[in-house]
Amino acid sequence: METITKNNIFNSQKLRQDFPILSKKANGKPLVYLDSGATAQKPKQVIDAISNYYQSQNANIHRGVHQLSQEITIAYENARATIQKHLNAAVSHEIIFTSGTTESINLVANSFGKKYINASDEIIISEMEHHSNIVPWQVLCEEKGAVLKVIPINENGELRIDEYKKLLCSKTRIVAVTHVSNTLGTINPVKEIIALAHEKSIPVLIDGAQAVPHMKVDIQALDADFYCFSGHKVFGPTGVGILYGKEKWLNKIPPYKVGGGIIKTVTFEKTEYADLPLKFEAGTPHIGGGIGLAAAIDYVNEIGLENIGAYEHELLEYATLKLLAIEGLRIIGTAKEKASVISFVIEEVHPLDVGTILDKQGIAVRTGHHCTQPLMEHFGLPGTIRVSLVFYNTKEEIDVLVNGIQKAIKMLR
Amino acid sequence: MRIAEIENELIEEFELFGDDWEGKYEHLIDLGKHLPLIDKQHKTDDRLIKGCQSRVWLHSELYDEKVVFTADSDAIITKGIVAILIRVFSGQTPEEIMQADLIFIDDIGLKEHLSPTRANGLVSMIKQIKMYAIALNLSQNS
Ligand SMILES: Cc1ncc(COP(=O)(O)O)c(C=O)c1O
Repeated sequence: METITKNNIFNSQKLRQDFPILSKKANGKPLVYLDSGATAQKPKQVIDAISNYYQSQNANIHRGVHQLSQEITIAYENARATIQKHLNAAVSHEIIFTSGTTESINLVANSFGKKYINASDEIIISEMEHHSNIVPWQVLCEEKGAVLKVIPINENGELRIDEYKKLLCSKTRIVAVTHVSNTLGTINPVKEIIALAHEKSIPVLIDGAQAVPHMKVDIQALDADFYCFSGHKVFGPTGVGILYGKEKWLNKIPPYKVGGGIIKTVTFEKTEYADLPLKFEAGTPHIGGGIGLAAAIDYVNEIGLENIGAYEHELLEYATLKLLAIEGLRIIGTAKEKASVISFVIEEVHPLDVGTILDKQGIAVRTGHHCTQPLMEHFGLPGTIRVSLVFYNTKEEIDVLVNGIQKAIKMLR
Repeated sequence: MRIAEIENELIEEFELFGDDWEGKYEHLIDLGKHLPLIDKQHKTDDRLIKGCQSRVWLHSELYDEKVVFTADSDAIITKGIVAILIRVFSGQTPEEIMQADLIFIDDIGLKEHLSPTRANGLVSMIKQIKMYAIALNLSQNS
Protein backbone atom coordinates (compact mmCIF):
# COMPACT_ATOMS: atom_id res chain seq x y z
CA MET A 1 0.00 0.00 0.00
CA GLU A 2 1.25 3.48 -0.78
CA THR A 3 0.43 6.57 1.16
CA ILE A 4 1.56 10.06 0.33
CA THR A 5 3.18 11.52 3.39
CA LYS A 6 4.87 14.84 3.85
CA ASN A 7 8.27 13.86 2.58
CA ASN A 8 7.83 10.86 0.38
CA ILE A 9 5.64 7.99 -0.58
CA PHE A 10 5.18 5.54 2.25
CA ASN A 11 5.70 2.08 0.89
CA SER A 12 5.04 -0.48 3.58
CA GLN A 13 5.31 -3.38 1.09
CA LYS A 14 8.91 -2.38 0.48
CA LEU A 15 9.64 -1.94 4.19
CA ARG A 16 8.21 -5.39 4.89
CA GLN A 17 11.10 -6.84 2.91
CA ASP A 18 13.44 -5.63 5.64
CA PHE A 19 11.73 -8.01 8.09
CA PRO A 20 12.67 -11.63 7.30
CA ILE A 21 10.08 -13.09 9.68
CA LEU A 22 7.18 -11.43 7.87
CA SER A 23 7.54 -13.80 4.95
CA LYS A 24 7.10 -16.77 7.26
CA LYS A 25 4.00 -18.91 7.40
CA ALA A 26 2.02 -19.58 10.55
CA ASN A 27 -0.17 -22.66 10.65
CA GLY A 28 0.41 -22.98 6.93
CA LYS A 29 -0.94 -19.51 6.15
CA PRO A 30 0.97 -16.30 5.41
CA LEU A 31 1.77 -14.74 8.76
CA VAL A 32 -0.32 -11.69 9.61
CA TYR A 33 1.48 -10.23 12.59
CA LEU A 34 -0.77 -7.89 14.55
CA ASP A 35 0.93 -8.21 17.93
CA SER A 36 3.75 -5.68 17.68
CA GLY A 37 2.52 -4.12 20.93
CA ALA A 38 3.74 -7.26 22.69
CA THR A 39 6.99 -7.26 20.77
CA ALA A 40 7.88 -5.80 17.40
CA GLN A 41 9.62 -7.72 14.63
CA LYS A 42 13.23 -6.91 13.78
CA PRO A 43 14.55 -5.59 10.48
CA LYS A 44 17.62 -7.20 9.00
CA GLN A 45 19.55 -3.99 9.74
CA VAL A 46 19.13 -4.79 13.45
CA ILE A 47 19.79 -8.49 13.04
CA ASP A 48 22.94 -7.69 11.06
CA ALA A 49 24.18 -5.20 13.64
CA ILE A 50 23.81 -7.80 16.41
CA SER A 51 25.35 -10.55 14.37
CA ASN A 52 28.21 -8.29 13.34
CA TYR A 53 28.84 -7.42 16.97
CA TYR A 54 29.24 -11.07 17.93
CA GLN A 55 31.22 -11.89 14.79
CA SER A 56 33.71 -9.09 14.79
CA GLN A 57 33.34 -6.64 17.66
CA ASN A 58 32.94 -8.72 20.81
CA ALA A 59 34.96 -7.64 23.83
CA ASN A 60 34.05 -6.29 27.24
CA ILE A 61 33.55 -2.57 27.53
CA HIS A 62 35.01 0.06 29.83
CA ARG A 63 37.69 -2.38 30.98
CA GLY A 64 40.31 -3.43 28.52
CA VAL A 65 43.41 -1.70 27.29
CA HIS A 66 43.29 -3.67 24.07
CA GLN A 67 42.01 -2.46 20.75
CA LEU A 68 38.85 -4.56 20.55
CA SER A 69 37.73 -3.42 23.96
CA GLN A 70 38.35 0.19 23.11
CA GLU A 71 36.49 -0.09 19.83
CA ILE A 72 33.43 -1.70 21.34
CA THR A 73 33.45 0.79 24.21
CA ILE A 74 33.27 3.57 21.64
CA ALA A 75 30.51 1.75 19.73
CA TYR A 76 28.50 1.22 22.92
CA GLU A 77 28.85 4.85 23.92
CA ASN A 78 27.86 5.86 20.39
CA ALA A 79 24.75 3.75 20.83
CA ARG A 80 23.98 5.69 23.99
CA ALA A 81 24.47 8.93 22.09
CA THR A 82 22.10 7.74 19.35
CA ILE A 83 19.41 7.24 21.95
CA GLN A 84 20.17 10.55 23.60
CA LYS A 85 19.73 12.34 20.27
CA HIS A 86 16.60 10.41 19.46
CA LEU A 87 14.94 11.44 22.72
CA ASN A 88 16.56 14.89 22.61
CA ALA A 89 18.00 14.38 26.08
CA ALA A 90 20.40 17.10 27.22
CA VAL A 91 23.41 14.86 27.77
CA SER A 92 24.22 11.22 27.02
CA HIS A 93 24.91 10.25 30.63
CA GLU A 94 21.21 10.78 31.33
CA ILE A 95 20.64 7.64 29.26
CA ILE A 96 20.93 4.47 31.35
CA PHE A 97 20.92 1.06 29.70
CA THR A 98 18.63 -1.40 31.50
CA SER A 99 17.04 -4.70 30.53
CA GLY A 100 13.73 -3.07 29.61
CA THR A 101 10.87 -0.90 30.78
CA THR A 102 10.16 -3.17 33.72
CA GLU A 103 13.70 -2.87 35.03
CA SER A 104 13.77 0.88 34.40
CA ILE A 105 10.67 1.37 36.53
CA ASN A 106 11.98 -0.97 39.21
CA LEU A 107 15.21 0.98 39.28
CA VAL A 108 13.42 4.26 39.97
CA ALA A 109 10.95 2.74 42.43
CA ASN A 110 13.85 1.23 44.38
CA SER A 111 16.40 4.01 44.22
CA PHE A 112 14.07 6.99 44.40
CA GLY A 113 11.95 5.13 46.92
CA LYS A 114 14.87 4.36 49.20
CA LYS A 115 15.77 8.01 49.46
CA TYR A 116 12.54 9.93 49.12
CA ILE A 117 9.56 7.81 50.17
CA ASN A 118 8.50 7.68 53.80
CA ALA A 119 5.46 6.58 55.76
CA SER A 120 2.17 8.21 54.64
CA ASP A 121 3.77 9.77 51.56
CA GLU A 122 1.73 9.38 48.38
CA ILE A 123 2.57 8.02 44.95
CA ILE A 124 0.24 8.67 42.03
CA ILE A 125 -0.26 6.19 39.18
CA SER A 126 -3.24 5.72 36.86
CA GLU A 127 -5.96 3.18 36.31
CA MET A 128 -4.61 2.27 32.87
CA GLU A 129 -1.09 1.28 33.92
CA HIS A 130 0.63 -1.90 32.85
CA HIS A 131 1.38 -4.17 35.83
CA SER A 132 5.03 -3.12 35.40
CA ASN A 133 4.05 0.39 36.41
CA ILE A 134 1.82 -0.73 39.28
CA VAL A 135 3.54 -3.50 41.18
CA PRO A 136 6.93 -1.82 41.83
CA TRP A 137 5.09 1.16 43.39
CA GLN A 138 2.74 -1.09 45.31
CA VAL A 139 5.65 -3.02 46.80
CA LEU A 140 7.40 0.24 47.66
CA CYS A 141 4.25 1.54 49.36
CA GLU A 142 3.98 -1.66 51.40
CA GLU A 143 7.60 -1.42 52.48
CA LYS A 144 7.44 2.22 53.45
CA GLY A 145 3.87 2.54 54.63
CA ALA A 146 3.21 4.95 51.78
CA VAL A 147 -0.09 5.27 49.91
CA LEU A 148 -0.81 4.54 46.25
CA LYS A 149 -3.25 6.96 44.61
CA VAL A 150 -4.85 6.15 41.29
CA ILE A 151 -5.99 8.58 38.57
CA PRO A 152 -9.32 7.26 37.25
CA ILE A 153 -10.34 7.13 33.60
CA ASN A 154 -13.55 8.09 31.80
CA GLU A 155 -15.68 5.79 29.65
CA ASN A 156 -13.57 6.51 26.57
CA GLY A 157 -10.44 5.37 28.36
CA GLU A 158 -8.99 8.84 28.89
CA LEU A 159 -7.36 9.99 32.11
CA ARG A 160 -9.52 12.23 34.29
CA ILE A 161 -7.20 15.23 34.54
CA ASP A 162 -9.69 16.96 36.85
CA GLU A 163 -9.33 14.07 39.30
CA TYR A 164 -5.57 14.05 38.86
CA LYS A 165 -5.41 17.70 39.92
CA LYS A 166 -7.28 16.80 43.10
CA LEU A 167 -4.86 13.97 43.89
CA LEU A 168 -1.75 16.14 43.61
CA CYS A 169 -0.95 17.41 47.07
CA SER A 170 1.81 18.16 49.52
CA LYS A 171 2.10 14.45 50.34
CA THR A 172 2.70 13.43 46.71
CA ARG A 173 6.32 12.38 46.15
CA ILE A 174 6.22 11.08 42.58
CA VAL A 175 3.79 10.57 39.70
CA ALA A 176 4.17 7.55 37.38
CA VAL A 177 1.93 7.29 34.31
CA THR A 178 2.02 5.71 30.91
CA HIS A 179 2.48 7.77 27.76
CA VAL A 180 0.40 5.40 25.63
CA SER A 181 -1.89 2.70 27.00
CA ASN A 182 -0.89 -0.76 25.77
CA THR A 183 -4.49 -1.94 26.06
CA LEU A 184 -6.57 1.04 24.93
CA GLY A 185 -4.14 2.91 22.71
CA THR A 186 -4.92 6.16 24.53
CA ILE A 187 -2.21 8.80 24.17
CA ASN A 188 -2.09 10.61 27.48
CA PRO A 189 -1.41 14.36 27.72
CA VAL A 190 1.86 13.72 29.50
CA LYS A 191 3.21 17.21 28.95
CA GLU A 192 0.28 18.64 30.88
CA ILE A 193 0.52 15.89 33.51
CA ILE A 194 4.19 16.72 34.05
CA ALA A 195 3.61 20.48 34.14
CA LEU A 196 0.86 20.11 36.76
CA ALA A 197 3.15 18.01 38.98
CA HIS A 198 6.04 20.38 38.51
CA GLU A 199 3.92 23.27 39.76
CA LYS A 200 4.17 21.45 43.08
CA SER A 201 7.81 20.38 42.50
CA ILE A 202 6.80 16.74 42.17
CA PRO A 203 8.86 14.60 39.76
CA VAL A 204 7.18 12.47 37.09
CA LEU A 205 8.10 9.11 35.57
CA ILE A 206 6.66 8.30 32.16
CA ASP A 207 6.29 4.72 30.92
CA GLY A 208 7.04 5.19 27.24
CA ALA A 209 7.03 1.49 26.26
CA GLN A 210 4.15 1.96 23.81
CA ALA A 211 4.97 5.52 22.77
CA VAL A 212 8.53 5.36 21.49
CA PRO A 213 7.65 2.90 18.67
CA HIS A 214 4.98 5.23 17.29
CA MET A 215 5.93 8.84 17.87
CA LYS A 216 8.67 11.37 18.29
CA VAL A 217 9.42 11.86 21.99
CA ASP A 218 11.21 15.05 22.96
CA ILE A 219 12.26 14.57 26.56
CA GLN A 220 13.26 18.20 27.09
CA ALA A 221 10.01 19.51 25.64
CA LEU A 222 8.05 17.11 27.87
CA ASP A 223 10.30 17.96 30.79
CA ALA A 224 9.95 14.39 32.12
CA ASP A 225 12.09 13.51 35.13
CA PHE A 226 12.25 9.83 34.23
CA TYR A 227 11.26 8.16 30.97
CA CYS A 228 11.35 4.41 30.29
CA PHE A 229 11.08 2.21 27.23
CA SER A 230 11.99 -1.27 25.94
CA GLY A 231 14.23 -2.07 22.99
CA HIS A 232 12.15 -4.99 21.77
CA LYS A 233 9.05 -2.88 21.17
CA VAL A 234 10.95 -0.44 18.95
CA PHE A 235 12.17 -3.12 16.52
CA GLY A 236 15.30 -3.74 18.58
CA PRO A 237 16.42 -6.80 20.57
CA THR A 238 14.87 -8.15 23.76
CA GLY A 239 16.77 -7.80 27.01
CA VAL A 240 17.69 -4.16 26.55
CA GLY A 241 15.84 -1.00 27.47
CA ILE A 242 16.36 2.56 28.51
CA LEU A 243 15.90 4.66 31.56
CA TYR A 244 16.22 8.34 30.91
CA GLY A 245 16.68 10.31 34.11
CA LYS A 246 17.34 14.00 34.61
CA GLU A 247 20.92 14.43 35.68
CA LYS A 248 19.93 16.12 38.93
CA TRP A 249 17.78 13.13 39.93
CA LEU A 250 20.26 10.49 38.83
CA ASN A 251 22.93 12.20 40.90
CA LYS A 252 20.70 12.28 43.96
CA ILE A 253 19.39 8.71 44.03
CA PRO A 254 21.52 5.70 45.02
CA PRO A 255 22.38 2.82 42.65
CA TYR A 256 19.85 0.03 42.42
CA LYS A 257 22.22 -2.83 41.80
CA VAL A 258 25.83 -2.81 42.83
CA GLY A 259 28.94 -4.69 41.82
CA GLY A 260 31.70 -4.30 39.28
CA GLY A 261 32.01 -1.44 36.85
CA ILE A 262 30.21 1.19 38.89
CA ILE A 263 32.88 1.88 41.37
CA LYS A 264 35.49 4.60 41.72
CA THR A 265 37.22 3.10 44.72
CA VAL A 266 36.43 0.13 46.90
CA THR A 267 37.88 -0.49 50.30
CA PHE A 268 36.16 -2.75 52.80
CA GLU A 269 35.10 0.34 54.74
CA LYS A 270 33.52 2.32 51.95
CA THR A 271 32.80 2.34 48.26
CA GLU A 272 32.67 5.44 46.14
CA TYR A 273 30.42 5.14 43.12
CA ALA A 274 31.36 5.97 39.59
CA ASP A 275 29.91 8.94 37.77
CA LEU A 276 26.84 8.74 35.56
CA PRO A 277 25.85 6.71 33.68
CA LEU A 278 28.02 3.88 35.00
CA LYS A 279 26.70 4.36 38.53
CA PHE A 280 23.54 2.56 37.41
CA GLU A 281 25.12 -0.03 35.16
CA ALA A 282 26.81 -2.55 37.44
CA GLY A 283 28.05 -5.71 35.79
CA THR A 284 28.70 -6.45 32.15
CA PRO A 285 25.79 -4.99 30.24
CA HIS A 286 23.89 -6.41 27.26
CA ILE A 287 26.41 -4.94 24.83
CA GLY A 288 24.95 -6.51 21.71
CA GLY A 289 21.55 -5.34 22.89
CA GLY A 290 22.70 -1.75 23.09
CA ILE A 291 24.27 -1.96 19.64
CA GLY A 292 21.10 -3.55 18.24
CA LEU A 293 18.86 -0.96 19.85
CA ALA A 294 20.85 1.88 18.31
CA ALA A 295 20.55 0.17 14.92
CA ALA A 296 16.78 -0.03 15.44
CA ILE A 297 16.57 3.67 16.29
CA ASP A 298 18.63 4.51 13.22
CA TYR A 299 16.30 2.38 11.13
CA VAL A 300 13.18 4.09 12.42
CA ASN A 301 14.75 7.51 11.84
CA GLU A 302 15.63 6.51 8.31
CA ILE A 303 11.91 6.02 7.61
CA GLY A 304 11.02 9.04 9.72
CA LEU A 305 8.71 8.96 12.70
CA GLU A 306 6.44 11.57 11.14
CA ASN A 307 5.89 9.37 8.12
CA ILE A 308 5.37 6.36 10.34
CA GLY A 309 2.87 8.27 12.47
CA ALA A 310 0.86 9.45 9.47
CA TYR A 311 0.72 5.97 7.94
CA GLU A 312 -0.16 4.27 11.22
CA HIS A 313 -2.93 6.77 11.80
CA GLU A 314 -4.38 5.87 8.44
CA LEU A 315 -4.18 2.16 9.35
CA LEU A 316 -5.86 2.89 12.68
CA GLU A 317 -8.76 4.67 11.04
CA TYR A 318 -9.17 2.01 8.38
CA ALA A 319 -9.08 -0.82 10.92
CA THR A 320 -11.46 0.96 13.29
CA LEU A 321 -14.03 1.43 10.53
CA LYS A 322 -13.72 -2.12 9.25
CA LEU A 323 -13.92 -3.65 12.72
CA LEU A 324 -16.93 -1.58 13.74
CA ALA A 325 -18.77 -2.96 10.72
CA ILE A 326 -18.66 -6.42 12.34
CA GLU A 327 -21.92 -7.09 14.11
CA GLY A 328 -21.66 -7.31 17.88
CA LEU A 329 -18.10 -5.96 17.96
CA ARG A 330 -17.34 -3.26 20.48
CA ILE A 331 -14.09 -1.30 20.68
CA ILE A 332 -12.75 -0.74 24.18
CA GLY A 333 -10.83 2.52 24.29
CA THR A 334 -12.24 5.32 22.19
CA ALA A 335 -10.01 8.18 23.22
CA LYS A 336 -9.69 11.18 20.91
CA GLU A 337 -5.91 10.77 20.85
CA LYS A 338 -5.02 7.18 20.04
CA ALA A 339 -2.00 5.24 18.86
CA SER A 340 -2.53 2.32 16.46
CA VAL A 341 -3.69 -0.12 19.12
CA ILE A 342 -7.25 -1.46 19.09
CA SER A 343 -8.85 -3.55 21.82
CA PHE A 344 -12.25 -5.06 21.24
CA VAL A 345 -14.75 -7.63 22.42
CA ILE A 346 -17.44 -9.48 20.49
CA GLU A 347 -20.83 -10.43 21.84
CA GLU A 348 -21.28 -14.08 22.77
CA VAL A 349 -17.74 -15.14 21.98
CA HIS A 350 -14.76 -15.34 24.29
CA PRO A 351 -11.60 -13.42 23.29
CA LEU A 352 -9.48 -16.53 23.77
CA ASP A 353 -11.64 -18.53 21.35
CA VAL A 354 -11.39 -15.78 18.74
CA GLY A 355 -7.62 -15.61 19.22
CA THR A 356 -7.35 -19.39 18.78
CA ILE A 357 -9.35 -19.43 15.55
CA LEU A 358 -7.40 -16.42 14.21
CA ASP A 359 -4.16 -18.20 15.01
CA LYS A 360 -5.30 -21.15 12.92
CA GLN A 361 -5.61 -18.70 10.04
CA GLY A 362 -2.08 -17.36 10.51
CA ILE A 363 -3.23 -14.19 12.25
CA ALA A 364 -1.36 -13.25 15.42
CA VAL A 365 -3.28 -11.12 17.91
CA ARG A 366 -3.11 -10.78 21.66
CA THR A 367 -5.95 -11.88 23.92
CA GLY A 368 -6.47 -11.53 27.65
CA HIS A 369 -5.97 -8.76 30.14
CA HIS A 370 -2.71 -7.44 28.60
CA CYS A 371 -1.12 -7.11 32.05
CA THR A 372 -3.67 -4.42 32.91
CA GLN A 373 -6.06 -6.27 35.20
CA PRO A 374 -7.29 -3.19 37.10
CA LEU A 375 -8.21 -1.62 33.76
CA MET A 376 -10.13 -4.73 32.71
CA GLU A 377 -11.97 -4.57 36.00
CA HIS A 378 -12.95 -0.97 35.23
CA PHE A 379 -14.61 -2.12 32.02
CA GLY A 380 -16.02 -5.25 33.68
CA LEU A 381 -14.29 -7.51 31.17
CA PRO A 382 -12.21 -10.67 31.64
CA GLY A 383 -10.13 -9.58 28.68
CA THR A 384 -10.12 -8.26 25.14
CA ILE A 385 -8.71 -9.08 21.75
CA ARG A 386 -5.95 -6.59 20.91
CA VAL A 387 -4.65 -5.70 17.51
CA SER A 388 -1.55 -3.50 17.38
CA LEU A 389 -0.52 -2.05 14.06
CA VAL A 390 2.84 -0.69 12.94
CA PHE A 391 4.32 0.55 9.71
CA TYR A 392 4.92 -2.92 8.30
CA ASN A 393 1.23 -3.77 8.51
CA THR A 394 -1.05 -3.13 5.56
CA LYS A 395 -4.72 -2.53 4.80
CA GLU A 396 -4.75 -5.92 3.09
CA GLU A 397 -3.78 -7.51 6.39
CA ILE A 398 -6.63 -5.71 8.10
CA ASP A 399 -8.98 -7.18 5.50
CA VAL A 400 -7.60 -10.64 6.24
CA LEU A 401 -8.18 -9.98 9.94
CA VAL A 402 -11.78 -8.91 9.39
CA ASN A 403 -12.52 -12.02 7.32
CA GLY A 404 -10.79 -14.11 9.95
CA ILE A 405 -12.94 -12.65 12.71
CA GLN A 406 -16.08 -13.26 10.70
CA LYS A 407 -15.09 -16.87 10.23
CA ALA A 408 -14.37 -17.20 13.95
CA ILE A 409 -17.77 -15.79 14.86
CA LYS A 410 -19.48 -18.21 12.51
CA MET A 411 -17.66 -21.16 14.01
CA LEU A 412 -18.00 -20.12 17.63
CA ARG A 413 -21.55 -18.91 18.00
CA MET B 1 -14.24 -48.62 28.65
CA ARG B 2 -10.71 -48.21 29.92
CA ILE B 3 -8.72 -45.03 29.60
CA ALA B 4 -6.48 -46.33 26.81
CA GLU B 5 -9.49 -47.48 24.79
CA ILE B 6 -11.22 -44.13 25.02
CA GLU B 7 -8.01 -42.41 24.08
CA ASN B 8 -7.73 -44.58 20.97
CA GLU B 9 -11.33 -43.83 20.13
CA LEU B 10 -10.62 -40.11 20.35
CA ILE B 11 -7.50 -40.43 18.22
CA GLU B 12 -9.50 -42.21 15.51
CA GLU B 13 -12.27 -39.67 15.75
CA PHE B 14 -9.90 -36.77 15.21
CA GLU B 15 -7.86 -38.58 12.55
CA LEU B 16 -10.87 -38.32 10.25
CA PHE B 17 -10.23 -34.61 9.89
CA GLY B 18 -6.64 -34.98 8.69
CA ASP B 19 -5.30 -31.50 7.95
CA ASP B 20 -8.72 -29.88 8.08
CA TRP B 21 -8.28 -27.59 11.07
CA GLU B 22 -11.75 -26.14 10.63
CA GLY B 23 -13.40 -29.53 10.86
CA LYS B 24 -11.29 -30.40 13.86
CA TYR B 25 -12.16 -27.20 15.70
CA GLU B 26 -15.81 -27.43 14.77
CA HIS B 27 -15.82 -30.90 16.29
CA LEU B 28 -14.07 -29.60 19.39
CA ILE B 29 -16.63 -26.80 19.70
CA ASP B 30 -19.40 -29.35 19.28
CA LEU B 31 -17.92 -31.50 22.05
CA GLY B 32 -17.82 -28.34 24.18
CA LYS B 33 -21.51 -27.81 23.65
CA HIS B 34 -22.17 -31.27 25.08
CA LEU B 35 -19.91 -30.95 28.10
CA PRO B 36 -21.40 -32.56 31.24
CA LEU B 37 -22.12 -29.29 33.00
CA ILE B 38 -21.18 -28.61 36.56
CA ASP B 39 -24.08 -28.07 38.92
CA LYS B 40 -24.65 -24.38 39.57
CA GLN B 41 -24.05 -24.78 43.31
CA HIS B 42 -20.55 -26.14 42.59
CA LYS B 43 -19.56 -23.26 40.33
CA THR B 44 -17.54 -21.62 43.06
CA ASP B 45 -14.13 -19.98 43.19
CA ASP B 46 -12.51 -22.96 44.89
CA ARG B 47 -13.37 -25.07 41.84
CA LEU B 48 -11.88 -22.53 39.45
CA ILE B 49 -8.68 -23.71 37.79
CA LYS B 50 -5.84 -21.23 37.98
CA GLY B 51 -3.61 -20.50 35.04
CA CYS B 52 -6.25 -20.27 32.35
CA GLN B 53 -7.10 -17.15 30.35
CA SER B 54 -10.63 -18.49 30.21
CA ARG B 55 -12.34 -19.53 33.41
CA VAL B 56 -12.72 -23.25 33.99
CA TRP B 57 -14.66 -24.82 36.84
CA LEU B 58 -14.11 -28.49 37.53
CA HIS B 59 -15.92 -30.67 40.02
CA SER B 60 -15.44 -34.32 40.94
CA GLU B 61 -17.52 -36.82 42.87
CA LEU B 62 -17.14 -40.46 43.69
CA TYR B 63 -19.91 -42.84 42.63
CA ASP B 64 -19.40 -46.58 43.08
CA GLU B 65 -15.68 -46.06 43.50
CA LYS B 66 -15.53 -44.27 40.15
CA VAL B 67 -14.78 -40.59 39.72
CA VAL B 68 -17.38 -38.52 37.91
CA PHE B 69 -16.33 -35.12 36.60
CA THR B 70 -18.46 -32.14 35.63
CA ALA B 71 -17.18 -28.78 34.42
CA ASP B 72 -17.87 -25.50 32.70
CA SER B 73 -15.96 -22.68 31.01
CA ASP B 74 -16.74 -19.28 29.57
CA ALA B 75 -14.80 -20.12 26.39
CA ILE B 76 -16.20 -22.71 24.02
CA ILE B 77 -12.94 -24.18 22.72
CA THR B 78 -11.78 -24.57 26.30
CA LYS B 79 -15.07 -26.32 27.01
CA GLY B 80 -14.30 -28.71 24.17
CA ILE B 81 -10.92 -29.50 25.62
CA VAL B 82 -12.38 -30.14 29.07
CA ALA B 83 -15.03 -32.30 27.45
CA ILE B 84 -12.31 -34.50 25.93
CA LEU B 85 -10.61 -34.87 29.29
CA ILE B 86 -13.88 -35.70 30.99
CA ARG B 87 -14.70 -38.29 28.36
CA VAL B 88 -11.38 -39.98 29.11
CA PHE B 89 -11.45 -39.70 32.89
CA SER B 90 -15.04 -39.71 34.04
CA GLY B 91 -16.13 -43.14 35.24
CA GLN B 92 -12.58 -44.34 35.95
CA THR B 93 -11.18 -45.24 39.34
CA PRO B 94 -8.87 -42.81 41.15
CA GLU B 95 -5.90 -45.17 40.67
CA GLU B 96 -6.43 -45.40 36.94
CA ILE B 97 -6.62 -41.63 36.66
CA MET B 98 -3.49 -41.17 38.73
CA GLN B 99 -1.54 -43.52 36.49
CA ALA B 100 -2.85 -42.39 33.11
CA ASP B 101 -0.46 -40.89 30.59
CA LEU B 102 -1.79 -38.33 28.20
CA ILE B 103 0.20 -38.65 25.02
CA PHE B 104 -3.08 -39.04 23.13
CA ILE B 105 -3.48 -35.26 23.20
CA ASP B 106 -0.43 -35.05 21.00
CA ASP B 107 -1.91 -37.71 18.70
CA ILE B 108 -5.20 -35.93 18.19
CA GLY B 109 -3.39 -32.83 17.00
CA LEU B 110 -4.10 -30.60 19.96
CA LYS B 111 -0.50 -30.56 21.04
CA GLU B 112 -0.35 -26.77 20.81
CA HIS B 113 -2.73 -26.68 23.76
CA LEU B 114 -0.33 -28.78 25.81
CA SER B 115 2.32 -26.10 26.19
CA PRO B 116 2.54 -25.12 29.86
CA THR B 117 2.24 -21.45 29.00
CA ARG B 118 -0.73 -21.91 26.70
CA ALA B 119 -3.42 -19.57 27.84
CA ASN B 120 -6.22 -22.09 28.10
CA GLY B 121 -4.30 -24.12 30.58
CA LEU B 122 -4.82 -27.71 29.49
CA VAL B 123 -1.86 -28.58 31.66
CA SER B 124 -3.51 -26.99 34.69
CA MET B 125 -6.69 -28.92 33.97
CA ILE B 126 -4.85 -32.23 33.84
CA LYS B 127 -3.04 -31.37 37.03
CA GLN B 128 -6.33 -30.60 38.73
CA ILE B 129 -7.92 -33.84 37.52
CA LYS B 130 -5.01 -35.81 38.94
CA MET B 131 -5.17 -33.88 42.20
CA TYR B 132 -8.84 -34.74 42.58
CA ALA B 133 -8.02 -38.38 41.90
CA ILE B 134 -5.27 -38.39 44.51
CA ALA B 135 -7.55 -36.75 47.07
CA LEU B 136 -10.41 -39.17 46.37
CA ASN B 137 -8.02 -42.09 46.52
CA LEU B 138 -6.81 -40.98 49.94
CA SER B 139 -10.32 -40.48 51.27
CA GLN B 140 -11.29 -43.92 49.96
CA ASN B 141 -8.41 -45.63 51.70
CA SER B 142 -8.66 -43.83 55.00
C1 LIG C 1 2.84 0.20 28.71
C2 LIG C 1 3.84 -0.88 29.04
N1 LIG C 1 4.63 -0.74 30.11
C3 LIG C 1 5.54 -1.67 30.43
C4 LIG C 1 5.70 -2.81 29.69
C5 LIG C 1 6.72 -3.82 30.11
O1 LIG C 1 7.74 -3.88 29.17
P1 LIG C 1 8.88 -4.97 29.26
O2 LIG C 1 8.20 -6.29 29.42
O3 LIG C 1 9.60 -4.86 27.97
O4 LIG C 1 9.72 -4.63 30.44
C6 LIG C 1 4.88 -3.02 28.58
C7 LIG C 1 4.99 -4.26 27.80
O5 LIG C 1 4.03 -4.89 27.44
C8 LIG C 1 3.93 -2.02 28.24
O6 LIG C 1 3.13 -2.18 27.19
